[in-house]
Amino acid sequence: MSAQEKSMSVSDEMMIEMNGVHKWYGQFHVLKNINLTVKRGERIVICGPSGSGKSTLIRCINRLEEHQQGEIIVEGTELTGNLKHIEQIRREVGMVFQHFNLFPHLTVMENCTLAPIWVRHMPKQEAEEVAMNYLRQVQIPEQAEKFPGQLSGGQQQRAAIARSLCMRPKVMLFDEPTSALDPEMIKEVLDIMIELARDGMTMICVTHEMGFAKTVANRVIFMDDGEIIEQNEPEEFFANPKNERTQLFLSQILQH
Amino acid sequence: MTTATAIFPNPLRWALGLWRDQKHRGTIIQIMALVALLLFIGIIIRNTAINLQALGLEIGYDFLTEPANYDINQHLIDYNSLSSHLRATAVGVINTALVSVCGIILATVIGLFAGILRLSKNWLVNRIMYAYVEFGRNVPVLLQILLFHALIIHTLPHPRASLSPMDGVFLSNRGFYVPQPVLEPAAWAILAALVIAAALAWWFAGHAKRVQENTGRHYPVFTINAALIIGLPLLAFFLAGRPIGLDFPQLKGFNYQGGMVLRPEFTALWFALSFYAGAYIAELVRAGILAINRGQTEAAYSLGLKPNWTMRLVILPQAMRVMVPPLISQYLGLIKDSSLAIVIGYMDIVATIGGISLNQTGRALECMSITLFIYLSISLGVSTVMNWYNRRVSLVER
Amino acid sequence: MKTVQQQYEVGRHPDLPPPLVERGVVKWVRDNFFSDATSIVLTAVALYFLYKVVPPFVEWAFVDAVWNADHRNECRARGEGACWAVLRARIAQFTYGYYPAHLYWRVNTAFVLLFVALAPLLFEHVPGRRYLLWFSLAYPVLAFFLLWGGLGLEPVESAKFGGFLLTIVIGVTGIVGSLPLGILLALGRRSRLLIVHTISMVFIEFVRGVPLITLLFIASTLLNYFLPPGTYFDLLLRVLIMVTLFASAYLAEVIRGGLAGIPKGQFEAADSLGLGYWKSMRLIILPQALHISIPNIVNTFISLYKDTTLVVIVGLADPLGISRATLADSKWQGLSTEIYIAIAVFFFVSCFAMSRYSLYLEKKLHTGH
Ligand SMILES: Nc1ncnc2c1ncn2[C@@H]1O[C@H](COP(=O)(O)OP(=O)(O)OP(=O)(O)O)[C@@H](O)[C@H]1O
Ligand SMILES: [Mg+2]
Repeated sequence: MSAQEKSMSVSDEMMIEMNGVHKWYGQFHVLKNINLTVKRGERIVICGPSGSGKSTLIRCINRLEEHQQGEIIVEGTELTGNLKHIEQIRREVGMVFQHFNLFPHLTVMENCTLAPIWVRHMPKQEAEEVAMNYLRQVQIPEQAEKFPGQLSGGQQQRAAIARSLCMRPKVMLFDEPTSALDPEMIKEVLDIMIELARDGMTMICVTHEMGFAKTVANRVIFMDDGEIIEQNEPEEFFANPKNERTQLFLSQILQH
Repeated sequence: MTTATAIFPNPLRWALGLWRDQKHRGTIIQIMALVALLLFIGIIIRNTAINLQALGLEIGYDFLTEPANYDINQHLIDYNSLSSHLRATAVGVINTALVSVCGIILATVIGLFAGILRLSKNWLVNRIMYAYVEFGRNVPVLLQILLFHALIIHTLPHPRASLSPMDGVFLSNRGFYVPQPVLEPAAWAILAALVIAAALAWWFAGHAKRVQENTGRHYPVFTINAALIIGLPLLAFFLAGRPIGLDFPQLKGFNYQGGMVLRPEFTALWFALSFYAGAYIAELVRAGILAINRGQTEAAYSLGLKPNWTMRLVILPQAMRVMVPPLISQYLGLIKDSSLAIVIGYMDIVATIGGISLNQTGRALECMSITLFIYLSISLGVSTVMNWYNRRVSLVER
Repeated sequence: MKTVQQQYEVGRHPDLPPPLVERGVVKWVRDNFFSDATSIVLTAVALYFLYKVVPPFVEWAFVDAVWNADHRNECRARGEGACWAVLRARIAQFTYGYYPAHLYWRVNTAFVLLFVALAPLLFEHVPGRRYLLWFSLAYPVLAFFLLWGGLGLEPVESAKFGGFLLTIVIGVTGIVGSLPLGILLALGRRSRLLIVHTISMVFIEFVRGVPLITLLFIASTLLNYFLPPGTYFDLLLRVLIMVTLFASAYLAEVIRGGLAGIPKGQFEAADSLGLGYWKSMRLIILPQALHISIPNIVNTFISLYKDTTLVVIVGLADPLGISRATLADSKWQGLSTEIYIAIAVFFFVSCFAMSRYSLYLEKKLHTGH
């Protein structure tokens, strides 16, 4: 994607806003004063060393983790203990996990239609049509009636992406979607994600796939020790990292 | 020399050759095992025949139709001491079935509660349940039966001074007396209402499912059906002029008359078996829920499913797969443990045909074979059900 | 939740302590007792339950209890509490049954040596383990002569055995005796030879399908019919045989589980070395299978140990048998609650300790691989 192509889909509408967010696990300070805004259509890649709090950060966005200080606003709704708001936000925010987390007792099709039927109250037939569309988009329509255990890792992750898309989310969160995959399967998943980006999906993606970051990201964020250390456009970020910790991290990662 | 052995093979070498050959060796072992088994059975039959002859006994099941000559205090079918041994056996089977079914229900309830509370974040509740589970599993069930029996017999008062926590309920060391429902002729209306309600509920569940598949609308099926099944019979009860009365137990002399009694033996056995199995079931429930990866809950949440739907659609169906097979083994264990009834004088299978009938007739072989046959049939039945279930729900893997 | 934020340079934000409500005792109490409405209700119910149960029990079992008395009426005269005096009076019988008092040392020696024999089996790092293993092998013979006499020791007949001595004798004999048979049955059930497979399966399913009490009844009423005329086994021996057969069926299933847990590669490796069936089993497969089954073997032992209480039903003098005799004595009538509680405590302590041990083994097994 060219730079122009990338910025085209970005609008001024604010999707996610995090102001001075802090989080603790017991005594352990995981997230420190996180300030982050994401606009509609923006694609953000988060990277950083292991244990720096990347997963925790994106899990706070759909409240799989609770933050203790600061505010998180998703689509104009603030995340508090209010269960109604939490459900409302979770409906609009899709999430893809490192280990897929498909429901093993349901077929791929049932995995995809479960939430539309029970949350969106969609008729079954319509839900299946929608699901089939997305399964076609992720190129596994022929796997619809199989169980997750019968699929390869790459196919499972694509099914998981389709499952999220079936809820027609406004934002997609990815937590290292390719790091549990064999090398030859990584590309098939990344291709799907690049396609999604082309369609203008707002995405936040934790990944160490720097090629992917260069291709689709509007912004790359580097986290370390619970803090956002640096954020910049990918060209700048990779060419002239400002912070020395970023430099160190990049030199380690790009060595491979 | 060599040609000679080739033409007339040495039989020993030939046998050794067979033994060295894997396929033949298998056959030889099989034949030897079979011969050994037949020999063993043959010797036992011969010994038994000689021993029985020496005692002047003959094997035969005719005695089953003769009068049993002993009393059974709890019998759900007609029985008196003139009834046959066969009828006594039937009473025993029914008593075993009664305490087993009651025990399985109560144990499941206890186990579910304790298992879920054991996962509670509430420290106090968690510890209490831990103590229960450990006590329940580490004290022999026979001892628990005796303990419950001793508690009922020794800590509850005499009938004259019995505790009465509610009107018409009396707890004493002779048993728990509760009111007995008395059905008047019009009571059939209630039964009819119940049947109609069940049919309606069944239809409504199907209808709701179709509506949901076609339009996506959800009905509160559970609430409506529960209201139907409780409400309709209740309505019938009042419309038919309250055709169910209660016969209250009353103190006459040294004991109660009327009402229904749960005898101390039954109560002690029932509680002890449930308490014991409940502790194991609690651990199964806990393990079943813990076995479901946290990622499943998170995936469901991130799709927008509410916690109760997540439980129903994602967690429970998976936990059931893990839980049901060991649960069924627990039930089978409970049925087998109910045979300990004999220590407190509850008249189950073992106490009737395997106990008093055996002692009175001296027909050990016949009585024991009947007892074993009954238990084996139960076990076989249960494991057939379990295999069927396992095959039905096993996850498809690559 | 806006608070005034102190500004730090990027990358220099220190670790701060969590806000007050997230800290220390306040948090612990809130999380554990009052995290939500359900939790508050549970706490209240639990406290009420403890209030109703614990003080009366403590009062009965300790405060008002009588520890020293010659008979039940003396206890009752002194108060309403538990009459533990009965245990003091009968402690020897509960421990040794009717074993002659001047020979208690033999039981004690056998008991202590049991642990010496067990140590090399249960723990890997015991000094001199290789020599101790020989001792473990010889122990059953040694214990037999110590307990029953012979070889110059004064003989003691089985009928004198009782109390916890009997519990331990039956439990240990059952599990030790059932090991070889259990292994054979497990191999048999896995065998491709149809007849061997069927015999093993029928035996295992038969034993597991009926209650132990029926097998004990067979021992007490039927076994003598099956033996050649003129032979006579005493009751304890018959019970020991039955308990061993019973345990072997359960053990076979445990070991079968262990065999199933061994990767196929191991079987293939053994085959490719050209070892025969028995050698590859003995040298490669079984050691591994037994190793991973140890926790479950311990669990089987715990069940068996609890099940030894059933022998009271066929008239042996295990602790429950002794309590029957005690309760029949007019001096101690009606004290069943006290006696049963005491026996329950004994079983609880020993079974709990063993189950902890099996848990520990299981953990070690999981982390070890
Ligand atoms: N539930 C939890 N309780 C306590 N500590 C936790 C919990 N989850 C994560 N942590 C800790 O918080 C820190 C940040 O975790 P997080 O998973 O967000 O890191 P990450 O940047 O995603 O690392 P990785 O690249 O390894 O996935 C880690 O040090 C981790 O040990
Ligand atoms: Mg992570």
